[in-house]
Amino acid sequence: MLTVYAADAGSDMLAFILRRLVQSVIVMLTVALVAFALFRFVGDPIASMVGQETTLAERAELRDALGLNDPFVVQFGKFVARASTGDFGISYRLQQPVMELILSRLPATLELALVSGVLAFVFGVGFGVYTALRRGNWLSGTIMTASLIGVSLPTFLIGVLLIWVFAVELQWLPSFGRGEVVQVGNWWRTGLLTESGRASLILPAITLGLYQMTLIMRLVRAEMLEVLRTDYIKFARARGLSNRAVHFGHALKNTLVPVITITGLQLGSIIAFSIITETVFQWPGVGALFINSVRFVDVPVMAAYLMLIALVFVVINLVVDLLYYAVDPRLRVDRANARH
Amino acid sequence: MAPVHKSGPLLSVRDLVVEFPTRRGTLRALDKVSFDIAEGEVLGMVGESGAGKSLTGAAIIGLLEPPGRIAGGEILLRGERIDNLPREKMRRIRGRRIGMVFQDPLTSLNPLYTVAEQLIETIRTHMDVSEKEARKRAVALLDRVGIPAAARRIDDYPHHFSGGMRQRVVIALALAAEPELVIADEPTTALDVSVQAQIIDVLKEICAERGASVMLITHDMGVIAETADRVAVLYAGRLAEIGPVRDVIQAAEHPYTVGLMGSIPTLTQTAERLTQIPGSMPRLDAIQQGCAFNPRCTRAFDRCRVERPDLIARGEERQVACWLYDPAKEAQDV
Ligand SMILES: Nc1ncnc2c1ncn2[C@@H]1O[C@H](COP(=O)(O)OP(=O)(O)O)[C@@H](O)[C@H]1O
Ligand code: SF4
Ligand SMILES: [Mg+2]
Repeated sequence: MLTVYAADAGSDMLAFILRRLVQSVIVMLTVALVAFALFRFVGDPIASMVGQETTLAERAELRDALGLNDPFVVQFGKFVARASTGDFGISYRLQQPVMELILSRLPATLELALVSGVLAFVFGVGFGVYTALRRGNWLSGTIMTASLIGVSLPTFLIGVLLIWVFAVELQWLPSFGRGEVVQVGNWWRTGLLTESGRASLILPAITLGLYQMTLIMRLVRAEMLEVLRTDYIKFARARGLSNRAVHFGHALKNTLVPVITITGLQLGSIIAFSIITETVFQWPGVGALFINSVRFVDVPVMAAYLMLIALVFVVINLVVDLLYYAVDPRLRVDRANARH
Repeated sequence: MAPVHKSGPLLSVRDLVVEFPTRRGTLRALDKVSFDIAEGEVLGMVGESGAGKSLTGAAIIGLLEPPGRIAGGEILLRGERIDNLPREKMRRIRGRRIGMVFQDPLTSLNPLYTVAEQLIETIRTHMDVSEKEARKRAVALLDRVGIPAAARRIDDYPHHFSGGMRQRVVIALALAAEPELVIADEPTTALDVSVQAQIIDVLKEICAERGASVMLITHDMGVIAETADRVAVLYAGRLAEIGPVRDVIQAAEHPYTVGLMGSIPTLTQTAERLTQIPGSMPRLDAIQQGCAFNPRCTRAFDRCRVERPDLIARGEERQVACWLYDPAKEAQDV
């Protein structure tokens, strides 16, 4: 997914963005094809829409009216056109516009994913730097071992364990739901503004972010150790810069280039993987909505969810590449050459 | 600047021993190396790859990488020991009193910071000056090391500069806090032949202007001949010979140095590698008893295989670690 661009004085920002946009459109069309195939091949859309007593003739008529007899390309084109305006039809199960359903569930998922992502990044970078700088002390060893457990335990198990310890045994935190929510603007209902909302967020956020945190931590540690061996770090030390300047000003900044990329991409996975966490904690987000739609073969919802996740990935990819561009001057438009 | 002690050398390395503890015993990478560098002097240091040149530099500036450690001897800067200073005190000496130039300018600069940022950070680490003043000094310094349009180029990133220009930037950085001693570890080895001489010239000139001493580590006897005042020859972690460049080049005494000089056809021909002597330098775990050079030495005799020769004074300024010059032996030979 990630493309690495070589330092190229001739390339400029605009060409870069255009190229990435074209790539993004291709990715989205591919996913749209898969989503469209769901409609065609998973269940019979007509059967899901009509009652038992509808006659075959009526069904054929409906099929024609819905354009299901049109050539494949025409149907796909219509699907893409409607999807791009956010129209995925009506949910078979809930008889509501799919987009409305998703939008009402999205804030819950985004809040959970964002908090998990921030936790994962902050603790991942913190632990990674610590274990790289304090190699061999007992705390580093403990963190590393704990992180191994974090990587190897399945998400639902971590969720269940957390619920057992903190909700059932200690009774410190709620075990399910989103707590009290507050309406902000037209679309957004947030749990971040109430105490019960924040308390409800803690366990699911840890569950969802733990794997990403260990991943980021291991990446930061490995990158940091690598960077600490480089000549420019040796030279920075030889110039008498303080340990703090060397470690955080020079080493960490170079470490962050790949870490930002990975973390950004992980945010996509966090949203995608929130399905499991949302199920374990009965979190009313799009993940839970998707799981239910799969159970009832609610194809429009499944298709919309698929497209949504793809869109999230594509947008994140784009943003990450731009961030990359901002952090690493070697990828930037060559100002020096431009001025000459 | 630092207090002036007119008497005594700027840097004095006494019986320096550097060891690496390994699972299969301790490797002794530097074995009782002793030399001085006088105020304003350029000391050349030559020796084959692996002889211990870089380790000597790293030990002086206090940047030996663990598990490497100083296991004996002492290092004095203007008469004060610096090999056992607390970490923070040693850090203040690095850059401020001893500067260092590394081999590869392409990797010596942090790619994510502009030249200005790196220079200003270095200056302000050691000197109590404003950002603006530091920048002024940085521009002047860049200009002095020969970066054209320094005031403008200073805000460029390292990758905007060619290899030779980057090494000039590295020199500017090493000299930013006006150190009294500059250790240059093969500063031109990674560069295009066409710019090597310029870089050495810039380094030498600026250090001369400021009265800074230089320890110039190199493979290149031509550079030593043109640049250094004295030369030290290192072999398998031991000093073989040390003396004024002219004398050592024209009349080398240690058989190893004689072999080295034989490997440079003329003094003006540069970049000759020191590999003309049959055999190769022993690995650290396979150094022979006695003189380390004895397996390759055409003039070795019994004593060489048993007893290690210490540096023997040859006149006022020269020293040679070779039994051929043992006063007792010479007395017998006469
Ligand atoms: N980390 C280490 N562990 C063991 N031996 C080392 C280590 N670093 C350097 N050495 C040894 O020290 C010797 C001197 O190295 P160095 O000073 O880099 O040589 P030079 O700069 O003269 O080419 C070499 O023989 C090398 O094998
Ligand atoms: S001491 Fe002996 S072996 Fe060593 S250089 Fe002198 S003559 Fe050769
Ligand atoms: Mg070396």
